[in-house]
Amino acid sequence: MPQEYRLILKQVDAPGYTPDIECYLRHGGYEALRKGLTLPTKELPEGKKMSPQEQIRDEVLKSGLRGRGGAGFSCGLKWSFVDRKSGKPIYLICNADESEPGTFKDRQIIHKDPHQLVEGMILSCFANDVKLAYIYIRGEMPEGARILNRALKEARAKGFLGKNILGTGYDLEIHVHRGAGAYICGEETGLIESLEGKRAYPRIKPPYFPAVLGLYMSPTIVNNVETLAAVRHIVSMGAAEFAKLGTPNNTGTRIVSISGHVKRPGYYEIEVGKATLGELIFHENFGGGLREGRTLKAVIPGGSSAKVFKAGEKFKLRRKGADGQMTAVDVDLLDIPYDFDSVQQAGSMSGSGAIIVMDDTTDIVEALSNLSDFYAHESCGQCTPCREGSLWMSKALHRMTTGQGRRQDADYLLHIGQNIQGRTICAFGEACSWPVLSFVKKFKEEFEARGAADEARAAAGNPGASRPHA
Amino acid sequence: MTFTVPPELEAELNELVTHYPQKRSASLMFLHAIQEHFGHISPEAVDYIARKLDLKPINVWELVTFYPMFRQHPAGRFQFKVCRTLSCALGGSHKLYHHLCEKFGLDPHQHGLQTTADGRFSVEFVECLASCGTAPVMMCNEEFHQGVSNEKADSIIAQCPSK
Ligand SMILES: Cc1cc2nc3c(=O)[nH]c(=O)nc-3n(C[C@H](O)[C@H](O)[C@H](O)COP(=O)(O)O)c2cc1C
Ligand code: SF4
Ligand code: FES
Repeated sequence: MPQEYRLILKQVDAPGYTPDIECYLRHGGYEALRKGLTLPTKELPEGKKMSPQEQIRDEVLKSGLRGRGGAGFSCGLKWSFVDRKSGKPIYLICNADESEPGTFKDRQIIHKDPHQLVEGMILSCFANDVKLAYIYIRGEMPEGARILNRALKEARAKGFLGKNILGTGYDLEIHVHRGAGAYICGEETGLIESLEGKRAYPRIKPPYFPAVLGLYMSPTIVNNVETLAAVRHIVSMGAAEFAKLGTPNNTGTRIVSISGHVKRPGYYEIEVGKATLGELIFHENFGGGLREGRTLKAVIPGGSSAKVFKAGEKFKLRRKGADGQMTAVDVDLLDIPYDFDSVQQAGSMSGSGAIIVMDDTTDIVEALSNLSDFYAHESCGQCTPCREGSLWMSKALHRMTTGQGRRQDADYLLHIGQNIQGRTICAFGEACSWPVLSFVKKFKEEFEARGAADEARAAAGNPGASRPHA
Repeated sequence: MTFTVPPELEAELNELVTHYPQKRSASLMFLHAIQEHFGHISPEAVDYIARKLDLKPINVWELVTFYPMFRQHPAGRFQFKVCRTLSCALGGSHKLYHHLCEKFGLDPHQHGLQTTADGRFSVEFVECLASCGTAPVMMCNEEFHQGVSNEKADSIIAQCPSK
């Protein structure tokens, strides 16, 4: 039976559990920090030595931990790219901008168990010789910022932060920095610009890879809240134990945010890949299914930027057979294991771990219009295809939702979307075109029928049955 | 209009500057602190921040005009921000928005922030507030509210003191 596996959310929502440090300490808090900071230097063959910092980095790499912010990139590998020879300080930034529509997992950690994040961050900073770090939290979470500030203050008072941490000679300061309502600050280079006190204009890569030229043109690590919280567990339980959770290449646990038309929307922590999309939506331990009499229409599997799935779709996924050979097997939408690789092989992504469920009462044109408005509003405006295209798409969709559609609007939308993706500075270009491309391709009959009906009405001299824009 | 920064606020700003190796980094936090105190960002405030951080006023203006949370004009004393984005829309946030507008005598079809004539309430749509599982959600000033039915909204409004 598919069930939650609570590692990061273990104490969250437990009766009597509070976000203060005393409660955290009573539940084994900061033991991983003590363990990590006092690891003995490891003697390797041929007289080589491995410092505690190197050991933690090695553990994180071996754990297989993949970033929980969106791209699912190996955390250990990302850390290995950090330029350690530049002589410049190395910075670490916790990405707590959580603004991908559908996602509400980092909020739970920040509000209900902030010390877990702080401990994971201190360990990550120690492992990477970071002396100054920031938590970039979205502006609309003022309470979260206060909770984190309190947690940092408590950690400082206990000697877990500041000068000479736990008597090891290691110094670290962490500050909370608030955003101010712009989604693009979640993109790591936009975030860095924002932290430098500028507009959040993403930087072009190459050359501005944060690991080399990040904050103040110094090597910088940007990791998501949940990723950093996981580091604490890797140090505590060891890479091998962590890697036993989940499935091969998709290790550990991840928090899935389920919203939309399900009976039990909420956040559920699972071993990665140990529950299918169908189980997450329908099983009583998770989303609990749709409301009475409704049927499934569409699922967005990884935050609003992920390509939509249509109910009933089938996919070919690569699977290792009993003989060790890779073969392609047919898998129904609802049987896709919820892990990074499977969702990607099905043509979308598990992104930020946010599943948005739409039942048959959903007006698919309205739904896409809603998302397109979001992207048109949030484009930072640096690249012409993204700035103009996101607006054109939202305008066309707005027309379609107000009775002024045209039959060719479906192709028009596809044409714009195709001309944005791959032609922009940052991945927002994909984020804004993928929903349009996938919605229109998979539900083309609905878009065309809508346009055709509006044209017929206009031809009959009855244009724009102007429905107010919902 | 006279623009005077009280000593406690000035002390808070001075402390913020110490958090960063480069002063300019403090500008977003400055804008938050100033807006919290004065209710909006005035041209005098922009000049003040620029002076304090060794910037040109344009360096501050470009932030005020880029980041949606900063306001150049005062808003109502109670500011309602209703989430507009998909999961909340599926969960009825547009109904909630209409309800608030009607209650306050504002136009639900108008774009952007609107304020009642007496300056007591403002309503605006904002993008996903990262609590999509408890749709529809909204904020009233710094306070966050989830699963907001029309009745719940009414009781939140009733709790806003009139003076
Ligand atoms: C448009 C856009 C928005 C993003 N928003 C977020 C976000 O809100 N939170 C987040 O952690 N990562 C976000 N990311 C991903 C970050 O750029 C970055 O990959 C991530 O913080 C790295 O952390 P991780 O390796 O721990 O996942 C976004 C990326 C893009 C392109
Ligand atoms: S793709 Fe869009 S959001 Fe990204 S840099 Fe270009 S204009 Fe800005
Ligand atoms: S869609 Fe409303 S909080 Fe995310």
